[in-house]
Amino acid sequence: MTSSPARFRGTDTYLSSEGLQSAVNCALTLQRPLLVRGEPGTGKTLLAEAVAESLGLRLLTWHVKSTTRAQDGLYVYDTVQRLYDSRFGEGDVRDIRHYIRLGPLGEAFASKERVVLLIDEVDKADVEFPNDLLHELDRMRFRVTETNEDVVATHRPVVVITSNNEKELPDAFLRRCVFHFIDFPDQELMRRIVSVHHPGLDESLSEQALKVFYELRNFTRLRKRPSTSELVDWIAVLKASGVTSLKLDENLPYLGALLKREQDLMAVAEAFGRRSRA
Amino acid sequence: MFLPFLYELRRRGVPVGAQEALALAGALKAGLHDSSLDGFYHVARALLVHSEAHLDAFDQAFLAHFKGMEGAGQQLTDELMEWLKEARQRRDLSPEELALLERFNAEELEKLFEQRLREQTERHDGGTKWIGTGGASPFGHSGHAREGFKVGGEGGGGSRMAMKVAGQRRYRGYRSDVVLDTRQMAVALRKLRAFAREGVADELDVEGSIAATAKNAGELEVVTRPPRRPNTRVVLLMDVGGSMDPYAHLVSRLFSVAKQATHFKELRTYYFHNCVYGRVFESSHLVGGLRVTDLLGQVGRHHKLVVVGDALMAPYELAMRTNSDGRYDPTNGKEGLVWLMELARHFERSVWLNPEPPRTWRGNTIEAVARVFDMFPLTLEGLGEAVAHLTKGRMARGRR
Ligand SMILES: Nc1ncnc2c1ncn2[C@@H]1O[C@H](COP(=O)(O)OP(=O)(O)OP(=O)(O)O)[C@@H](O)[C@H]1O
Ligand SMILES: [Mg+2]
Repeated sequence: MTSSPARFRGTDTYLSSEGLQSAVNCALTLQRPLLVRGEPGTGKTLLAEAVAESLGLRLLTWHVKSTTRAQDGLYVYDTVQRLYDSRFGEGDVRDIRHYIRLGPLGEAFASKERVVLLIDEVDKADVEFPNDLLHELDRMRFRVTETNEDVVATHRPVVVITSNNEKELPDAFLRRCVFHFIDFPDQELMRRIVSVHHPGLDESLSEQALKVFYELRNFTRLRKRPSTSELVDWIAVLKASGVTSLKLDENLPYLGALLKREQDLMAVAEAFGRRSRA
Repeated sequence: MFLPFLYELRRRGVPVGAQEALALAGALKAGLHDSSLDGFYHVARALLVHSEAHLDAFDQAFLAHFKGMEGAGQQLTDELMEWLKEARQRRDLSPEELALLERFNAEELEKLFEQRLREQTERHDGGTKWIGTGGASPFGHSGHAREGFKVGGEGGGGSRMAMKVAGQRRYRGYRSDVVLDTRQMAVALRKLRAFAREGVADELDVEGSIAATAKNAGELEVVTRPPRRPNTRVVLLMDVGGSMDPYAHLVSRLFSVAKQATHFKELRTYYFHNCVYGRVFESSHLVGGLRVTDLLGQVGRHHKLVVVGDALMAPYELAMRTNSDGRYDPTNGKEGLVWLMELARHFERSVWLNPEPPRTWRGNTIEAVARVFDMFPLTLEGLGEAVAHLTKGRMARGRR
């Protein structure tokens, strides 16, 4: 059982902690799904890409929505198309297989090579969704009842599941997963993430931006704290507009790139605006 | 080596069982921990913990258990191999059990392990540290007891890191027994959601269409149905009274979280001050009042009522009489407590969330309010229980 696969060590553009690498490697070795949780913008979704890239595997993404059902991931039978074709004499109506469309999970099983399957934001769906997934993920096969054919995985896909929430996922599901909680990056890691996205960025601008960013994150009155992606975007705007000096006050340039909520902008103006007026 | 650690975890409320033990054994066997305690820390954490709520307990167990073990390296693997060997040599293992162990078949082993585990914990009676007794467990040690660990002097490299990381208690804030943060609130509230098919029938019902078409001798007969939509309606009532000030941010966060939640069909939020007096308000500045009688006319019994407040006030405030306009009316008005009772009576399911710790709930106005509403502490656990309480009865009405 221990055909030890290649180890994951992050990529040039995806920075990962030792703990995260360890979790990925556990998942690879034990062939269990990897469940990653963490605040928005901590690189959960990006992780699957990085894993695929570093192992040289194809990435399939299943973006879960509130109405997603497990069956959608396996396949859908496009009856409408078939009815349509039969009416207008198009296509090979007799062969039902033409109307079976594999979903991402189905495609991952059917793939000739090993793939990375990202099940993104699993908590968005109904509470029963993960349980419904379990069965197929465990057995790595499913039956297309319309054709009576089995789709059997030749290679267990590397399954990465992301979630923003806890407690939502059923115990049986959790027990089968390798778990990692991505911490919000500390200032040092963030500096490196920033430099991955903005190579050659002016050091002083980077320092100042980070300082303001963490000051804002520590400001408890915010309803939505800015995340990594907002910082990266903000710096892009600052760069483009040639800003060179930053201070957390009411004149902070492009604050709207960091804070998306009206109340948060007002709270910041109220708390940090007075300081400069005084 | 690591089994006593598993018991330490269980003792601290981290639910580890056979699946976890086997996964860990598999990972260590594959050398994923790189023969270091640091490596072990990360591997064990990834496989034994399934929720950030348990990360702090994990860190604490790790600290308690591996103190003085910083030098242990290779020893972990050696002890693991020994453990596996011992387990294999046990005479009371049936060939099937041995085969299972060989294959690390989690599912089949789980039952067995859980059963043995129960025997173990009973015997040790939740005592301090688990000690291998060579008891009934196939996972225990055969014969000689080993208390704690030998402290390995040499062994693999960097191992200090793990102790340091564990010692920082970075995950304390995620424990489920502390007061909630926004994210956790959102999660808990999310559990309230339910779905139903309602509204305009504009989604194609494939099965229905097929059946109808077949019935129709093959002539296409399209059947539509209403799409699946969130079906939970919530009324949220928040106390913004003076004694709630320390919780103001918490409360406003809960509001914003509930507002963001897309999985409610309807969410109405209102504020009150200390107690409900005939009116509730649309803003926290207590303007834009709505009569309670009007509110109850507008929302049905199936709405879920969630009240958030400390229920702490001067006793006379519960007894103060006001009319349905919220005006003081000592002769014809209703007492504050009565207004609360009317609210509680209207809704099939209601809860009161209290940020004050439960030990303070006796001998004051909280006690009186708790007789009217089912009260839960405003912690992650409390909110979870409250949500469970609110969703009870859903089955009975046949919706999922
Ligand atoms: N470790 C990292 N290395 C490099 N870039 C990162 C890292 N973490 C986050 N980022 C940056 O932050 C952005 C957001 O990451 P991503 O979309 O993966 O977050 P997420 O955790 O999936 O968030 P959400 O919960 O909102 O979906 C990325 O596009 C990238 O720019
Ligand atoms: Mg994402």
